[in-house]
Amino acid sequence: MNMNLSRAIALVALATVALMWRSPGNPGEYDVTAFGRQPTLVNGRIKPLDTVARSTLLMLQGHQRVTIAPGQSLTPAEWLLDVFYRPTVADGYQVFEIVNPDVLALLGFAPEDGAGRKRFSAHQMLSHLGELDRQAKLADDTESAVRSPFQRAVVQLRDNVMVYQRLQSTFVAPGSGDFLDRLAAVERDFPAAAAVLQSKRTDALHDSEMAKRVLDLGREFSSMDTFSYLRPIPPAPGGTLLDWKTAGAAWTESLADGRPSVFGQGFARVGRAWLAQEPELFNRAVRELDEQSNAAWPKLTRKCTVEARFNSAQPFYASMSLYVIAFLIAVSSWLKWPRSLQPIAFALIGVAFVVATGGIVIRMWLEGRPPVTNLYSSALFVGWAAVALCLVLEYFYRNAIGSAAAGLIGFATLLIAHHLALAGDTLEMMRAVLDSNFWLATHVVTIAIGYSATFLAGFLAIIYILRGTLTRSLDPKTGEALAKMIYGIICFATLFSLIGTVLGGIWADQSWGRFWGWDPKENGALLIVMWNSILLHARWGGIVKQRGLAMLAVFGNVVTAWSWFGVNMLGIGLHSYGFMDAAFWWLIAFVVTQLVIIAVGSVPYGRWRSARI
Amino acid sequence: MISLLRSVRDLFVSLRLTVTLLLLGMLLIFAATLDQVNLGTWAVQQKYFHSFIIYAPVGRFAVPVFPGGYLIGGLVLLNLIAAHVYRFAFTWRKFGIQLAHSGLILLLVGELLSGLWQRDYHMRLSDRETKNYGESYRDNELVVIDTSDATFDQVVAIPEGVVAKKASIQHPKLPFRVVPKTYYPNSMLQARTTAAPPEAVNQATAGFGETIVAIPQPVTYRPNESNTPTAFVEIVGSDKSVGVFLVSTQIVMPQEFSYMGRTWKIAMRPTRAYQPFSLTLLKFSHDRYPGTEIPKNFSSSLRLKTPNGHDDRDVLIYMNSPLRYAGVTVYQAGFENNDRTTILQVVRNPSWILPYIACALMSLGLSLQFGMHLFGFIRKRSAQLRNSSSATSQLPRPSPAVGSVPVASAVIAPRGVRP
Repeated sequence: MNMNLSRAIALVALATVALMWRSPGNPGEYDVTAFGRQPTLVNGRIKPLDTVARSTLLMLQGHQRVTIAPGQSLTPAEWLLDVFYRPTVADGYQVFEIVNPDVLALLGFAPEDGAGRKRFSAHQMLSHLGELDRQAKLADDTESAVRSPFQRAVVQLRDNVMVYQRLQSTFVAPGSGDFLDRLAAVERDFPAAAAVLQSKRTDALHDSEMAKRVLDLGREFSSMDTFSYLRPIPPAPGGTLLDWKTAGAAWTESLADGRPSVFGQGFARVGRAWLAQEPELFNRAVRELDEQSNAAWPKLTRKCTVEARFNSAQPFYASMSLYVIAFLIAVSSWLKWPRSLQPIAFALIGVAFVVATGGIVIRMWLEGRPPVTNLYSSALFVGWAAVALCLVLEYFYRNAIGSAAAGLIGFATLLIAHHLALAGDTLEMMRAVLDSNFWLATHVVTIAIGYSATFLAGFLAIIYILRGTLTRSLDPKTGEALAKMIYGIICFATLFSLIGTVLGGIWADQSWGRFWGWDPKENGALLIVMWNSILLHARWGGIVKQRGLAMLAVFGNVVTAWSWFGVNMLGIGLHSYGFMDAAFWWLIAFVVTQLVIIAVGSVPYGRWRSARI
Repeated sequence: MISLLRSVRDLFVSLRLTVTLLLLGMLLIFAATLDQVNLGTWAVQQKYFHSFIIYAPVGRFAVPVFPGGYLIGGLVLLNLIAAHVYRFAFTWRKFGIQLAHSGLILLLVGELLSGLWQRDYHMRLSDRETKNYGESYRDNELVVIDTSDATFDQVVAIPEGVVAKKASIQHPKLPFRVVPKTYYPNSMLQARTTAAPPEAVNQATAGFGETIVAIPQPVTYRPNESNTPTAFVEIVGSDKSVGVFLVSTQIVMPQEFSYMGRTWKIAMRPTRAYQPFSLTLLKFSHDRYPGTEIPKNFSSSLRLKTPNGHDDRDVLIYMNSPLRYAGVTVYQAGFENNDRTTILQVVRNPSWILPYIACALMSLGLSLQFGMHLFGFIRKRSAQLRNSSSATSQLPRPSPAVGSVPVASAVIAPRGVRP
């Protein structure tokens, strides 16, 4: 009966998740999702506009939906449409998160002026942009590692404003209200307009009204080309990535050869319909655009469609919530109704794992890379591999320990990943030295599995210590089982971190002619191997027993966190590709909690609650 | 006496020593990693790893504070070998562990050898430039060049360390003595006309030095700075002095003088390691991802030539793909001068093969050991699961595994197995 119940719950959970994958609906009459899946080249990669909207919003305000009034919100694609075509409307949206008190003072804001006491609009900042720029320039001269919180915040805000303003110059010239109308007037008789430009050049007779209009537009096109960082205009079939253009460049070229850019016209039509707020016109214009890009670049368009759908499905959020629920159920099962709750927790972990696997596989397919390419994907993968190990443990032990550890690690790693995603698009291009799928697939993946296993051993040890000291549920049988799990996982961790470290050495020898260079990241990996071997030798030598092993394993979390994040904060060495400083305090906090748990574990076993049964 | 020997032996074969040494090693590596921010990778290696004792300055004294890499590594080696000799017995159960540990021994030996033998040089090539030597990052040499032969130069190179001793140098190839009078390991040069600080020195009586002063600077260990030594060197002939020259690595052009009808050149420059081949830069490329500044690849297209003419071909060096030739590895290390100059690193490491063997042994050994445990565990556990589920015909809730088998490496568990 329990079996059936857990199966039913798993099915319901799976069905709920599957529903998320269906084509995302439109919030109103406008087919904004079709607009969101249009491809553009940005940061070296072709991605849908939807991804641009989401990653920009994450950068600006830390989440993807735009709240415009209580109970009223915009999808990322709707927001992007306003940024593109209705700049003055978009300027009113409060999407810039400012929390640093000194920056607030600089701009003359009180928290009450902002939405949610922290988000402000471009319109609000308008009169202070000069001062913001001046302060950011002052901070630019300070090396990024030694900037004060104010300097960091001011530089961050200036960069965000710049990204926002550059987005506004994608399809419409900055600071011009009637650009699309003037463009339409020229489009109506394009060959004539181009000819006017020619005749102007040759100084022959020309219609001066038309000439003025064309020359103005020409200037605006080139300023759009300078500002825009999206290149949404695809080349003719057969072109390469280098041939994708900004709308400004495409129009400049059109004026030169007398034929209007097909995609430039398409995006302008969409813009006029959006500006006029005509749903039917808008939907027709988007459909045309969709058909054109489908015809020209069927493969790319399909990829962008999948990516846009992946964005709106948000599989990692789904599995994050499932991990939390499963963790709570697993922990409760140690106190009440173990027979019913344990299989439910196991089933939920299974569903969360399947969803996360799906997400990782889609990312790999989109990127054409092995699973770990940057810090963000390492967080996804480390969690995934740890949960996989937990599922195996739970399969063999059926005591909810595997499920609890899986819930905790799965949730924690996805939470870390969520915060890492705030830095921008997570599917980034690989910097030169990392551009090797072979080594990414072997060395990086093996090292990440080593991290997973070391963390898992540490979290199992936390369960051992907290369950033993705080509850009476750690009976000798369970304690022994847990200690065996910890030991086994440490063996696994040793194997993988050793092989991973060694593969790293071989990669270094292949690329740099030296096996080992005492680089910080190399040292970090070595520390994990050494710590794990200390645990194994201490146990073999009888220096530690169950409780000692658990305490040592918890410290393994500290060693691994140092190697994973800590060394990046040093900002030196060949591997320092993932520098971040805000996370420094979180790392310190994590280390402190681990030390506290070790201190709790050091209380003699006789005084643990579980010993007094 | 016997009991003393026995306790020494017991110490050296003990796991307690292993654990202690590993702990010390971790502390050493951690401290070294942090200190890289101040000292840079190379100085950290010398201070922490290629040393027996680490000293810290306390007042005016250097106080030993921690065992260095050689000491810890050496003791680990001793501990490993002693334990294996003492406890050695061949059984399949222990074979994996023995294999892994012999790999570790080889790895430690290999690291020691590469610490002793490995040499790094850089080769900077601008467009169409040809070089047949690498230059040291840190070591410099004083060179005296006889240019009287039209076909080749005869170079007498005097290492910086010898110059620093300031003793008179007489060499069979030189008709004069070279007498270093003053030597500064790091210095700054300035024109004589500008208001020179009081510590500025000039003793030069010939060459460029007549218009320049040297200002001694403290020695730097920072990773992105290098020392620029300066020396005042007197050339003393059999009857009289030719002059005192100011030589410095900041003066790239050698200075000329005549002696007994022959033309000589004198210069201080980074120590050169001549290679049995030459490289000519044909083109350096710095590829970026379209529309971004993110580097996609760096590559140097080069012409490789040997003096005997056996090799004369084009080679391409790019990221993750170095040139291996004549016992050295040449890789793309950087670029400068607006993408017009490539910086190649030339590495000679004769013991490069040892880590490969060591790694193979360790990986094989550990996989064997933990694999054996794992399959033993899965067999037992599956049997238990089957028994308990058939006995009670409900959800299996078995007792934990009995016996000493660990649950290691459980991820390789067969996927198809379901209860």
